[in-house]
Amino acid sequence: MTQGVSGEVLLDVEGIGKSYPGVRANDDVSFAIGAGEVHALLGENGAGKSTLVKMIYGLVRPDEGRMILRGAPYAPAEPRAARAAGVAMVFQHFSLFEALNVAENVALGMDDPPPMRDLAGRIREVSEGYGLPLDPARLVGDLSAGERQRVEIVRCLLQDPKLLIMDEPTSVLTPQEVDILFATLRQLAAEGTSILYISHKLEEIRTLCDAATILRRGKVVGTCVPREVSARAMAEMMVGASLSAPARATGELGPVALTVERLSAASPSAFGTSLKEVSFEVRQGEVLGIGGVAGNGQDELLAALSGEARTGREVVRVHGKGIGHLGPNERRQAGLCTAPEERLGHAAAPDMNLVENALLSGSVRKGLVRRGFVDWTGTRAFAEAVVRTFDVRTPGTGTAARALSGGNLQKFVLGREILQEPEIIVVNQPTWGVDAAAAAFIRQALLDRAAKGAAVVVISQDIDEIMEIADRFAALNEGRLSEPVPVAGLTLERIGLMLGGSHGMHRAEAQAGEIRHAEA
Amino acid sequence: MLRLEKRPTPSRAWAWGTPFLAVLLTMIAGGALFAALGKDPVAVVRTIFWDPLFGEFAFYLRGQLLVKAGPLTLIAVGLALGFRAGIWNIGAEGQYIIGAIVGASVGLAVYPTESRLVFPLMILAGGFGGWLWAMIPAILKTRFNTNEILVSLMLVYVAETILSKAATGFLRNPEGAGFPGSRNFSSYPAARNPELIAGTGMHWGVVAAFVVVIAAYVLLQRHLLGFQIRLAGQAPRAARFAGVSPNRLVIFCLGASGALAGFAGLFEVTGPAGQISIDFNSGYGFTAIIVAFLGRLNPVGILLAALLMALTYVGGEMAATNLGLPSAAIRVFQGMLLFFLLAVDLLSNYRVRLAGFGREAR
Repeated sequence: MTQGVSGEVLLDVEGIGKSYPGVRANDDVSFAIGAGEVHALLGENGAGKSTLVKMIYGLVRPDEGRMILRGAPYAPAEPRAARAAGVAMVFQHFSLFEALNVAENVALGMDDPPPMRDLAGRIREVSEGYGLPLDPARLVGDLSAGERQRVEIVRCLLQDPKLLIMDEPTSVLTPQEVDILFATLRQLAAEGTSILYISHKLEEIRTLCDAATILRRGKVVGTCVPREVSARAMAEMMVGASLSAPARATGELGPVALTVERLSAASPSAFGTSLKEVSFEVRQGEVLGIGGVAGNGQDELLAALSGEARTGREVVRVHGKGIGHLGPNERRQAGLCTAPEERLGHAAAPDMNLVENALLSGSVRKGLVRRGFVDWTGTRAFAEAVVRTFDVRTPGTGTAARALSGGNLQKFVLGREILQEPEIIVVNQPTWGVDAAAAAFIRQALLDRAAKGAAVVVISQDIDEIMEIADRFAALNEGRLSEPVPVAGLTLERIGLMLGGSHGMHRAEAQAGEIRHAEA
Repeated sequence: MLRLEKRPTPSRAWAWGTPFLAVLLTMIAGGALFAALGKDPVAVVRTIFWDPLFGEFAFYLRGQLLVKAGPLTLIAVGLALGFRAGIWNIGAEGQYIIGAIVGASVGLAVYPTESRLVFPLMILAGGFGGWLWAMIPAILKTRFNTNEILVSLMLVYVAETILSKAATGFLRNPEGAGFPGSRNFSSYPAARNPELIAGTGMHWGVVAAFVVVIAAYVLLQRHLLGFQIRLAGQAPRAARFAGVSPNRLVIFCLGASGALAGFAGLFEVTGPAGQISIDFNSGYGFTAIIVAFLGRLNPVGILLAALLMALTYVGGEMAATNLGLPSAAIRVFQGMLLFFLLAVDLLSNYRVRLAGFGREAR
């Protein structure tokens, strides 16, 4: 049993269990959160963290076990009851309406909102009090991901919670924004609010959390004081095996494989980001990391490279040959494969099985279609090869894509592209929401592809990931790409500044853009 | 309390089981409706479902099944291609009418030439007419992003107006003593669509329907285009990622369904209907929408659904004449079939659970 700063226990979870058809999501889970404690919940994808917090937040009812909140039995039937008892939650995926302003969004999430004018005042007061300034009148569609998260947090704080649950809060933040968030969370903890913090990022947990409970396959496999153990030790407890850092061979770089020159493209969606004169080159055997906070043009850049959005012929070149006017399949033929961020619905069709999903992007390079007719035997063999080579955990290739866990589907999607042996591969968020072991596997696979002479572009919000595998780094900010710089010798602070939009030579231009933006 | 829980993978058993459950529920609810109208529910349901197959007049009525199921299948298979891709052609009735008019016009233009080429030419013209009518919503959608549901539906009423003009004006039988309606194709051997085997109701349109069922099945299961159609319907973004051009799919799906509806119209007007008249169309284009869904948008399922629907038509007429049921009651009955089908459809993707017990209820 862990004890909080004040020694008093806020929430005691005793022997909680929950089963879904075919899965034991939680099995005899017990832990306690002290008042004013920042408690980390650690575990791989599918370890049962989400199920556990959903039970605490009243979204799911446990099959067995009990919870005690501040000395009284606690069994919320719905989130409203949880909120009434002082439990609030900030979800990984925001539930905000882009076309409404901050105050309206906050009011929608409250059980009993005060009049709008009072609410705006309260939002200002609370958000500034906790170092998360927010303008209640701004449209959510115009906010950055970090600011949107503030809206969610402020919405929770207005209800004066005793326990705040945060699900992967830093996955969308820049390093600077993470610092601000941590200051806020520390302030809250000092005032006596307990925080249940879910994350994969072990270094963060080590800096922020007082205690950690580690889950694996629905069971508690350990507890620790994060400050006192290494990140590696925690990762190994989480995975139940020892991990190795990706190994890379530093070979000679080949000639330029992919060239993007002055790529400008308007975003198809109203709240998207247009690309503005994006230029870069990638050589054979090189990994280019493109960092940036979500919503700065990543999706648009991937679409322009995959062929979903077309550009001028010479804007995108493969081995010097213009392919900007071609569609996705012609580009695959030319050796350019891509993997979008959104796994379900974009990279894969949720209701189709893995064989059909293998055909989705593999038809051209694997020669799976002859005279218009699909070679299902060959396609099944290809799907099976992906499942085998990339260790996709699935009952078989006849399973629907949506039945796979996020990490497994990601391995399938990446495997499908990599096994086509592309000369250039572009991936967006290759390890987003993927557990540590699978992420390491995927990174290694990308490095292996580069070692075989492919040009690799990794678009990612995870700076650690880029530092780990990329040769050069460029930041995407409001649709502009900074000059790529070598990763070796790059400091976290410098990266933070690049992500924030000060890219040296582009600085003045970026500011001019902001002014235009403000007028519009 | 009942609660729905999403299945990890759609249930295959329920996907095939729901149509039968829907038919059963329709019989029960329909029976209650007929009972409320003061009729013996068992007798009505038997008249609709049993008598056409095994009753006193079955020798004649069985043939009528194929006559009605043929055009329904032909149209519904075309519609299903579009529906699978998320392209909603609601105006098959209009394409069916225009196909019939264009095809019949070709035949009437060369009357009374006797040549083996006349009928094949008319078939092609019929398909072309339906295709042309479907190209209007297709081009408006791809060029101006209009809604194909509204455009295709409204064009049905335009087609009906053209039909009444044709029957009373430009296609009217010059030897018909001023009565509305074209020449009767049954007395024009080169353009006739005869019953191929006496008493079965089998005509060229039914043959075409069988061929189309097989072709569509192969297209959907084996051909890349069929895969693209399914992909576009299920996950449009994934389809674009896979290199599917949405516009080309719209043109293909609307064109194919329009052409098939046009064929159906031509076969109908040269066969069972015999002539272009103001009301030869009998609503097949709309009923085919129900048939397409009843058959789970699967070509083989559609064939079975069309036979079932034909049964409710033939049996419904029997019930209307023999038992004095209002024809509206029969249409309500058919409507119930679609309603129940859509309602129980969710069982293939969800399972019903009793809340609080965590036990499977169904």
